[in-house]
Amino acid sequence: MAVYAFYLIALVVLVSALSVIMARNPVHSVLWLILAFFSSAGLLVLIGAEFLAMLLVVVYVGAVAVLFLFVVMMLDVDFVELKQGTLRYWPFAVLVGVIFAAEIVLATVFGTSTNASTFDASPGAATNTEAIGQVMYTQYLLLFQMAGIILLVAMIGAIVLTLRHRPETKRQNIAKQTSRRRSDAVELKDPTPGQGI
Amino acid sequence: MSNYVESFGQLWGPLLVLGQIALFTLVLLLSIAFLLLLDRKVWAGVMMRKGPNVVGPFGLLQSFADFGKFLIKEIVIPAGANKTVFILAPILTCTLAFASWSAIPVAPGTTSGTSWVISNLNVGILYLFAISSLGVYGIIMGGWASNSKYPFLGALRSAAQMVSYEVSIGFVIVTVILQVGSMNLTDIVNNQDGGFWNWHAFSFQNFPLIIVMFPMFVIFFISALAETNRPPFDLPEAESELVAGYQVEYGSTPYLLFMLGEYLNIVLMCAMMTILFLGGWHGPIPLGEDFVRDHPFLNAFAGLFWFMFKILFFFFLFAMVKAIVPRYRYDQLMRLGWKVFLPTSLAAVLIVAGYVVYMGVQS
Repeated sequence: MAVYAFYLIALVVLVSALSVIMARNPVHSVLWLILAFFSSAGLLVLIGAEFLAMLLVVVYVGAVAVLFLFVVMMLDVDFVELKQGTLRYWPFAVLVGVIFAAEIVLATVFGTSTNASTFDASPGAATNTEAIGQVMYTQYLLLFQMAGIILLVAMIGAIVLTLRHRPETKRQNIAKQTSRRRSDAVELKDPTPGQGI
Repeated sequence: MSNYVESFGQLWGPLLVLGQIALFTLVLLLSIAFLLLLDRKVWAGVMMRKGPNVVGPFGLLQSFADFGKFLIKEIVIPAGANKTVFILAPILTCTLAFASWSAIPVAPGTTSGTSWVISNLNVGILYLFAISSLGVYGIIMGGWASNSKYPFLGALRSAAQMVSYEVSIGFVIVTVILQVGSMNLTDIVNNQDGGFWNWHAFSFQNFPLIIVMFPMFVIFFISALAETNRPPFDLPEAESELVAGYQVEYGSTPYLLFMLGEYLNIVLMCAMMTILFLGGWHGPIPLGEDFVRDHPFLNAFAGLFWFMFKILFFFFLFAMVKAIVPRYRYDQLMRLGWKVFLPTSLAAVLIVAGYVVYMGVQS
C-alpha cells in the first residue's frame, strides 16, 4: 500500500514542480509551488517523519508561500512581455540542469546514507519529535544556538537597513489615547440665544 | 476507536474509516445548520429582535431553507475573473475546514488511554495548527481571482491578520504542550483528568501556573476570534469599508462553501479550546475509576455530551462577542497582535518552560 501511495504523491510532486516553471501566470506558479510543498509533506509522513512534515506545512506553506503570493499578486508587470526573450538562455538552463542531475547521481552512488527501505525516522527515540529534539537541543546545541544568533543578526540588519526616523510623522500614543476621559475631551456649554460663546 | 481499525483487517479497516468520515461529515453539517441559527438568534436576542422565526417552529428550519436557496441560484463568475482559481478558492476553504476534524478526539474510548478519533496522530495539535494556517489561502485566492478592488483589499487584510495571530496561537499551544509533554490530542485531554481544577485553564496540578495559564486561555480565545475573522476582528469583510471583502463577487454555491468553511473553522476553534484548556471530554466532577471501569460505554457517552456541551458554550461566547463588541480599527488589531499578545505569550512560554524544568514535571 505504502509503495503505491509513494508513487502517487511523488507523481503529484513532479507534476506540480514542473508546472511551477511551465505556468504562464506567476500566481499560478506560486499555487503549484504550494501544492509541491504540500505533497512533499505527504512524502515525509510516509517515511514516518511526522514532525518534519507538519513543520514543512506550517513554515513553508503557512508563512513563506503566503509572502510569495503576496509579492507576486502585488507586482504589476506584464509577464508575457518579460518572458519573450527567455528562450535564448536555454543552453544555460541545460547546463545547470545537467550539473544538478550529476550531483544527485554522484550523491546516490557514492553516498553512505542508508537506503529508503531501511530508513529510520526516529532513531533511538519513541517519536520523530523526540529524536529531532535530542539531536537539535542536546547533541548539536552549540551549532543550533549559533544558527539562532546568525538569524538574529540578519533580522537586526534588515531592521537597521529599512528603519528611517522621520521626525515629521505623527505617532499615536496608545497610553494617552486610552487614558483620555470624557472630561478632558468634551466641554458642555449653555450659550444664551443670540450671543454665542 | 482508531486502534480497532487494524484488528478489522485489510478490507474492513478502510471501510470503517470511511464510515467514520461519513458520520463526522453528516453530524458536522447538521450541527452547523443549527449553530448558524443559534448565532443569528443570539445576535437577535441581544438586539431585542426576534431573529429568524418563520421557517419551521421557532425558525428551526431556516438554515435548510437558506441552503436550498443557495444551491438553486445561478453561479455568476465575473468576466475578468481567473475562473479556475475563483472556483477553487471556496472548495479549498471548505475541504480544509473538514480535513482538520479528522484529528479531533470527541469521546473517551472503551479502554483507558484511548479515544474516539478518526486518526490518532502523534503530532495531532501540530496537524490542526498546520491545516488552520492553510485556511488563509482560500481567502487570498478568492480575493485575487475576483479581479476586483474590494475583494483584493479584503484578501490582503485577511492574510496579514491571520498570519499575525497565528504566531500568538502557536505560542499559547506551546505552553500547553510543555505541560503535557506530548503533542497527541488524546494525551493532552487525558492529562486534564480528575475534576475541573485540573483543566489547563486552571492547571491546579502545577498550581502556581494558573497565573500564566488563565491569561493564555483568554489570549487563545481572542486570537481564535481574529483567526476566524469573527467580529470584532471581521476587518476582511468590514461591510462599511469593503462591502463584503473577499466575498463580494461570490454568490450561490461558492458563497455557501465559503460560509460553511468559516463556520466549520469557528466550531473547530471551539473544539481546540475545549481540548487544550477545558479538559476535552472530562466532566467538571470526576466520575470515579470504578464507574469508568464498570460502565465504559456510559462513560463514552457522558464524554461525548461534555465535549459537545463545551463546544456549545464556546460557540455561545463567540456569538455574544459578535453581538456586543464593536469592530476594531485595523492598526489597533495589528497592535494587539504584535505588541500585546506576542510578548505576553512569549513570556508565558519562558515561565512555563522554566517551571517544567525546575519542578521536573515531565520525567
